[in-house]
Amino acid sequence: MEMMSGAAMVVRALKDSGVTHVFGYPGGAVLDIYDALYAQDDVKHVLVRHEQAAAHMADGYARSTGKTGTVLVTSGPGATNTITGIATAYMDSIPMVVLSGQVPSMHIGEDAFQETDMVGCSRPIVKHSFLVKRAEDIPKAIAKAYYIANTGRPGPVVVDLPKDLVSILDEHPYQYPNDVTMRSYNPTLKGHSKQIKKTVETLLGAKRPVLYVGGGAITSEASELITQLAEKLNAPVTSTLMGLGAFSGIHEQFVGMLGMHGTLEANKTMHNADCIFALGARFDDRVTNNVSKFCPHATIIHVDIDPASISKTVAVHIPVVGSVDKVLEQVLKQLENQDLSEQPAKLADWWKQIDQWRARKCLHYQTSSEVIKPQQVVESVYKHTNGDAFVSSDVGQHQMFAALYYPFAKPRRWINSGGLGTMGFGLPAAMGVQMANPDAVSLVITGDGSIQMNIQELSTCLQYNLPVKIISLNNRALGMVRQWQDMIYKGRHSHSYMDSMPDFVKLAEAYGHVGIKVDHPSELDDAMQRCFAEKDRLVFMDISVDQNEHVYPMQIKYGAMDDMRLSKTERT
Amino acid sequence: MRRIISVLMENEPGALSRIVGVFSQRGYNVDSLCVAPTTDGSLSRLTIVTHGDDKVIEQITKQVNKLIDVLKVTDLTEGTHVERELMLIKVSAKTDAVRSEVNRTVDIFRAQIVDVDAKNYTIQITGTSDKLDSFSQAMSQQTEVIESSRTGVCGLARGEKVLRL
Repeated sequence: MEMMSGAAMVVRALKDSGVTHVFGYPGGAVLDIYDALYAQDDVKHVLVRHEQAAAHMADGYARSTGKTGTVLVTSGPGATNTITGIATAYMDSIPMVVLSGQVPSMHIGEDAFQETDMVGCSRPIVKHSFLVKRAEDIPKAIAKAYYIANTGRPGPVVVDLPKDLVSILDEHPYQYPNDVTMRSYNPTLKGHSKQIKKTVETLLGAKRPVLYVGGGAITSEASELITQLAEKLNAPVTSTLMGLGAFSGIHEQFVGMLGMHGTLEANKTMHNADCIFALGARFDDRVTNNVSKFCPHATIIHVDIDPASISKTVAVHIPVVGSVDKVLEQVLKQLENQDLSEQPAKLADWWKQIDQWRARKCLHYQTSSEVIKPQQVVESVYKHTNGDAFVSSDVGQHQMFAALYYPFAKPRRWINSGGLGTMGFGLPAAMGVQMANPDAVSLVITGDGSIQMNIQELSTCLQYNLPVKIISLNNRALGMVRQWQDMIYKGRHSHSYMDSMPDFVKLAEAYGHVGIKVDHPSELDDAMQRCFAEKDRLVFMDISVDQNEHVYPMQIKYGAMDDMRLSKTERT
Repeated sequence: MRRIISVLMENEPGALSRIVGVFSQRGYNVDSLCVAPTTDGSLSRLTIVTHGDDKVIEQITKQVNKLIDVLKVTDLTEGTHVERELMLIKVSAKTDAVRSEVNRTVDIFRAQIVDVDAKNYTIQITGTSDKLDSFSQAMSQQTEVIESSRTGVCGLARGEKVLRL
């Protein structure tokens, strides 16, 4: 058996787990591991400027590829700085492995310098964690971590490595397990045949069906199967914020995103449906609105790989535990022998009704010759990227505008913090995306609030020549907070504006990038052209947009799904 | 409604804290908790007494089952079962009158005196939680209860239903 130091084992086990990129930051407890990284070229290390950003980069890398993102940080503050990034990945079920240094075993519990109980700190926001106790166990722990992170319902896994175990002075036998099996962990992939039968019967019996697609559809790579099923049934499809792109946003059967800022037609379709086929979605509060008024006419079929997601907030009629792709294969197989020629006629009335809701054009907005509207910026980005970019987003109004006005034709193109709603996610995520997809256009739609939460990463972008395009919708305010203050707090804008905005163009230039300021609607198109023409450089677009614009449609609190405001003055 | 959840899990460091964590982070109640390795030393068996409506209990079962270290979860109260708890209770026994009174009650409850001192008795009693409650109430009526320690409930399903690998 090959002998090597604990540090070399860590790096070797990463390579053997298929890791290409590690996002990290060195420090005392991981110096040995960094020394081992120095001696090889198999695993590329990306030096960030803040550990939170390392986690978001690994996250963006994972979301855009389906592969597990990897983070390497030191003990104490290095580890705790990743917490927000881990929680972000946990809420959105993103596969990630975080390797954190730990003080030497004999000092654990002594409040040693840079000691933090990382396994304890991260416990509520990880899928699992390991505190490695013996150097020989390092390969097995790392192999298990990758296996757990990217099977079943994916999620982040922490591996805490005490410094004495990774010392470059001691050597241990290295053996990477050929196969990882765990008697306590066996996710169910295929649906129960009885439930599949019920599902097919219910779908065929429905006169007003809808497919409600979530992030699980992207995780399980089920896009093609969803399209097949939707087309066979002629059923409308809606998507959660996390599911955008799983079903093409430009397909005629797509009725838009649903939920708090969903389209009117999506929410109306859900509310009036007689059958909801939920695929890897989790009925969260930003979708359902008031659960007691949720979709009163529908028989709900819920496919989810996580049994705990089923009937958690909304009681469902037909639970199916399994992965979306496997279950859809089963459903489609059952449909093979069915005569579906009557489907269009059967759903004709349903589509007529949906088209009436669509005719209200809920995404229409007023343009102005004086100020740029944020929606207009997103539409311009769509035009200049042919709708084919990787679009990351931060959190706030711009996130909703991006989700609504940039239809995604493919999965894994929309990268956003849906569950946790982490400001500061966008730029590092777009960087991770760019690392994983060096030839693609990776852009981030952000705001003047969010971008300043991880702006130090502009430095990392220079170091690694990441030509990310930053589209910052600058409204000189925390737009979503301000919108709620307008709507609920009588316009009392408590601490939702920024009094001393930096000159973002100069800031971008100071970091060695290109900055472009856009103030007037007439300049927008040219500026966008210039931005995307800069293929090899990072461009920071500081676009001044209307401060008073609100995101609509918007669900009315305590109402049903389809109780919505359509503008500042209209409601359903 | 009171429920007894029985959990079979890997006997690994940290496994218990993950289970307790699920209860605290999701706002579930823990009335008692009892944990020890099984005859197979690689496994631990944990018994939690909790209460909640059917929806909450279903979520507890699912969320606990979701933990990587957990192999099996069952709700013992769904069927017939045997449950027991053990209590050690130390009571003041300074006079003959008190001693004979305590002795009589110990007999009635089929408890055992396991330690005797010049001033007190330490008594062991097993049974359902109700029985232990009644005994400690009886003791406090007869003499001063100095301290007591209870194990929490453990239990097994009756008959052929088992929780094992």
